[in-house]
Amino acid sequence: MNVLTDNFSVYGEGFLGTVELTFFASLLALALGFVMASFRVAPVGSLRVIGTVWVTVLRNTPLTLLFFAVLLGLPRFGLVLPFNVFAVLALGCYTSAFICEALRSGINTVPRGQGEAARSLGMTFSQTLSNVVLPQAFRTVIPPIGSTLIALAKNSAIAGAFSVTELLGTYKTLGELGYDVIWTFVWIAVGYLIITLAISAVFNVLERKWGVPR
Amino acid sequence: MTANAPTTTALYDIPGPKARARHRLYGVGASLVIVALLGWLVYLLVDTGQFEAAKWAPFQYKGIQELLLRGLGNTLKAFAIAAVLSLVLGCLLAVGRLSEHRVLRWVSTLVVEFFRAMPVLVMIFFVFVALEVQPLPALVAGLTLYNGSVLAEVFRSGVNSVDRGQREAAYALGMRKTQVMTYVLAPQAARAMLPSIISQLVVALKDTSLGFLITYEEFLHAGKLIASNLDYDLPFIPVVMVISPIYIGMCMLLSWFAGWVARRQRRNPKTEAIDVAPAGPGPLLPGEAPPTADRP
Repeated sequence: MNVLTDNFSVYGEGFLGTVELTFFASLLALALGFVMASFRVAPVGSLRVIGTVWVTVLRNTPLTLLFFAVLLGLPRFGLVLPFNVFAVLALGCYTSAFICEALRSGINTVPRGQGEAARSLGMTFSQTLSNVVLPQAFRTVIPPIGSTLIALAKNSAIAGAFSVTELLGTYKTLGELGYDVIWTFVWIAVGYLIITLAISAVFNVLERKWGVPR
Repeated sequence: MTANAPTTTALYDIPGPKARARHRLYGVGASLVIVALLGWLVYLLVDTGQFEAAKWAPFQYKGIQELLLRGLGNTLKAFAIAAVLSLVLGCLLAVGRLSEHRVLRWVSTLVVEFFRAMPVLVMIFFVFVALEVQPLPALVAGLTLYNGSVLAEVFRSGVNSVDRGQREAAYALGMRKTQVMTYVLAPQAARAMLPSIISQLVVALKDTSLGFLITYEEFLHAGKLIASNLDYDLPFIPVVMVISPIYIGMCMLLSWFAGWVARRQRRNPKTEAIDVAPAGPGPLLPGEAPPTADRP
């Protein structure tokens, strides 16, 4: 029990590391996922191909392999960045493929008639997009995006094994200090539960406020 | 259904001649940018000497090839065991969650929600470090607990989304609740959820690479051994270039199979009373809607 109280700073540091990693990787994943989703629904063939290849390859890449390639491979090209930036890069790119698919299927659930009606009212492409299509798509993509971000938070544990400060990595420090392993893991588990349950609570609120079952 | 209308979305009309010409222009521009990026990448690879003979020589040796094959075999072994066990665990937990006995239901719900919210790696490390078992059982245990819990949700939502009339008709014929489940609900649910189940197995296959982090001698581990060999001038990039196509190819094959099953089952007359799930891994958000087919 006193594993937590004795080492509050170690746990706190790890917890904050995980939260930070999750936050920045989420931002990257959402931005990149949005770009790739717009590529995938674009009327331009070559952009669609880029989006499809990006999604297909990354969705089928084991995240450990991606971490392995990014954290140990990119420095071979002379690109030297802090490890946690590399970790954000790997996590963000990996998750962007899943975000892209969620967004794309959200856009595809908007009935065609909505866009046709908007255009027959004389709306331009950007008006159609921002006033008609995206608001409706947004309502349907809340649960899948929540699910994806929870997966992202959990995947950030892999970064710990590549010497990035985060929650799972604290077990090594505490193990060296001679604390009971089981209790160490219990508190690590509690930390992850707090993060994943917080994300799902946020998305439940969003869903209740804006979600529409379609 | 989205699969039937890939070319027309709410976003734009069918383009006319002017728009088509403009799109072609954009397409050529985008292709040029991509070709330039790829060219730069190849230049970078050549410039840092990744194609030097010394770095590729190790792949000619029999010992190295056997090392890689043994690694691949170990990966597949861990995947096979974990897949079978997580299907079994998923069935058990789903039965528990659908049970009429409150205690059983609560316990299985607790187990499912806990293991779905926990990173797989934490479970693997817990079994490996705290319970001090060998890497293979630790990896398999972690994968089984996680994927079993997600599969339990998939099974449960499958059973729940069978058309209500099926259950009622079965009860009206005088079947017992076990008979209703095993003869009527479970077969239909299994058919409809097959794409989801296979997609979840893709997740399990990808996650076998976590064995690398607990020194299980799998594919990535074999690659790392070769990559850190000074005799071959640290062939890190060549190793990644050999390993990733194989890994990604295996997962793609399984994903493609899931998609194929989904398309096939949708045409199957035996899935009339249930929506076939699209190929995608199970949900992680507690209380998220079951992964049933997209509604038109």
